Amino acid sequence: MDWITAGAAAASSIALCWLIFSVFTNGIGWFGFWLVAYVVFLGIYFVATLDRIGRLAAVDRLMTVAAWSAMVIVAVPLVWLVLYVLVKGLPALRLGFFVHTQKGVTPSQPATAGGGLHAIVGTLEQVGIALVISLPLGAMTAIFLNETRSRLRRPVRIFVDAMSGMPSVVSGLFIYATLIIPLAKDSSLFGYNGFMASLALSVTMMPTICRAIEVVLRLVPGGLREAGLALGSSRAKVVWSVVLPTASSGVATAAILGIAREAGETAPLLFTAFGYNLMNANPFSGPQESLPLFIYRFIREPLASSIARGFAGALVLMVLILVLFAIARIIGRDRSKARSKRRWMPTVPSRPRPRPGPGTERPSAQLALPSQEPQ
Amino acid sequence: MTDIYIAPPDRNGQDPATAQVPAVPTPERPPKQPPVLIGGPPPGAATLEAKDACAWFGDHLVLEGVDLVMPAGEVTALIGPSGCGKSTFLRLLNRMHELVPGAAMDGQILLDTDDIYGAAMRPQQIRARIGMVFQKPNPFPAMSIKDNVLAGLKLTRIKCTDKDALVEQSLMRASLWKEVKDRLDQPGGGLSGGQQQRLCIARSLAVAPNVLLMDEPCSALDPTSTRRVEETIDELRGQVTIVIVTHNMQQAHRVSDRCAFFLAEENEPGYVVEQGDTAKMFEDPDDPRTLDYVQGRFG
Repeated sequence: MDWITAGAAAASSIALCWLIFSVFTNGIGWFGFWLVAYVVFLGIYFVATLDRIGRLAAVDRLMTVAAWSAMVIVAVPLVWLVLYVLVKGLPALRLGFFVHTQKGVTPSQPATAGGGLHAIVGTLEQVGIALVISLPLGAMTAIFLNETRSRLRRPVRIFVDAMSGMPSVVSGLFIYATLIIPLAKDSSLFGYNGFMASLALSVTMMPTICRAIEVVLRLVPGGLREAGLALGSSRAKVVWSVVLPTASSGVATAAILGIAREAGETAPLLFTAFGYNLMNANPFSGPQESLPLFIYRFIREPLASSIARGFAGALVLMVLILVLFAIARIIGRDRSKARSKRRWMPTVPSRPRPRPGPGTERPSAQLALPSQEPQ
Repeated sequence: MTDIYIAPPDRNGQDPATAQVPAVPTPERPPKQPPVLIGGPPPGAATLEAKDACAWFGDHLVLEGVDLVMPAGEVTALIGPSGCGKSTFLRLLNRMHELVPGAAMDGQILLDTDDIYGAAMRPQQIRARIGMVFQKPNPFPAMSIKDNVLAGLKLTRIKCTDKDALVEQSLMRASLWKEVKDRLDQPGGGLSGGQQQRLCIARSLAVAPNVLLMDEPCSALDPTSTRRVEETIDELRGQVTIVIVTHNMQQAHRVSDRCAFFLAEENEPGYVVEQGDTAKMFEDPDDPRTLDYVQGRFG
């Protein structure tokens, strides 16, 4: 019944707006039309429900519709974004994308020629090295913030917060200004290469991981720490053997979320990895490609085939990040899943419960019936 | 047909009741060696003695001038209303008090003859000698039942000759062995509350402490689990000194050899009103306030 009312209200509001804007006036454009139609729909639906059921129900329906529309407004751009990349990228994506580089590919060739293996390898190497650098640092900072009583915790926390709010292009600029400009002429290690990109990425990754791990460590009950200390353990040993294992799934989730975020960072790579059209598997020497740089380069070119190539790279990057998020969710859910599995183990009742037979069923009811019937 | 069963004569024609049953050769088991701890506390129970112990949280004096002897191998119960400093005193005894930010203490706590707050004493060593069981069961959730029992070894430098035997012995002493012996590799968090608390007792006992402190160990447990824990305490009597904080008068009466009654006026530090043998404390205490408290007239 609600649906009929809602449908009727929608139809009448659209018809009313059509009448006003297309017949009586010169119109206000499609956006204005739908906005006015939506407001009119809310009004008609409210009044109709008010008349049919009452004030309480009318307000309830109005708020329900408002909440649903808000959800749609938020969800539409997200779904649109994913679908857009999917539609644009899928035609150019072949299995060859994962095994070829851009070697020998000219702009006149179709988008399906060549591939992005060099970019995938570069992204994995750069983010991997960044993780190796920033996971221990981030974890140690989180432990320092949460497990010690140092007076420096406050300033350190402020620093971490400031770092996590820093624009990512600044981290790339920082590495460029402090390492690449002064040192590149002496050693190829400090030239444009994947390692410099890893350093720039870890500047942004460290605070992300640190804050995520700190939140997880705070969830470990204080009673466990006390129990460890009461057994005669040192604080360091309690952190290592009790607190971290208890929070292990959360720490793993934090690391993967850090990877997923950094895999999509472009700005720190611009002046560090620089980008390169061919395979360079050595992250310590020479410019290196990565997926964000691959997208950035091709999407700006005028040819349709190059743009399609960029969208294929974007699709691969999106799927990669989606997979990482999925892994993070699975790891984060690990414990509760194991518990529910145990609960679903088949159980055998300890002894069969005797069912009352037809003769013994409800003796009190049988006794009660005759006394009621004769009267 | 007769109901009486007459045993048929055996092959030698002898009456089976008097016949010598040939001894069935049982496979010879190697005699069980008790597990030996290396680097652990010295064996046996130890006497704890508090001399003029005071405790502060910040500038707030919460415990004043406690003189109390807890004899070796006996069970001492600390009783008193809430907020009178019993738990604080208990945490003074194994240097857990100093973990609270701003906490301070004065006076002496002697373990046998050593002052545990002496300059040469490491808190880790003290806590290994003086174990503690908390109000809320707190087994380590990331460890199996077996690893929980052995956690004290993992967390300190104590080594053991036979870990399996130590697990069995510790769980036996905490009267949990029969319930968990078939699932030692399952997580400790999967046990019931009472079982978890006994697992915590087993964990504390595994490092062979001289003293075991218990901070309201049964307040989160049901009556059946409480009885099991009390039986455990009873079995440990003589092997280890036990100091137990409890709000349950009947429990203090049942399990303890000696009793100390703590009391604190409003916004005043707590102190010991009276101490002595449990029987005397409950039947004929010197102080009228003690009598009022143990008979449930206030508190």
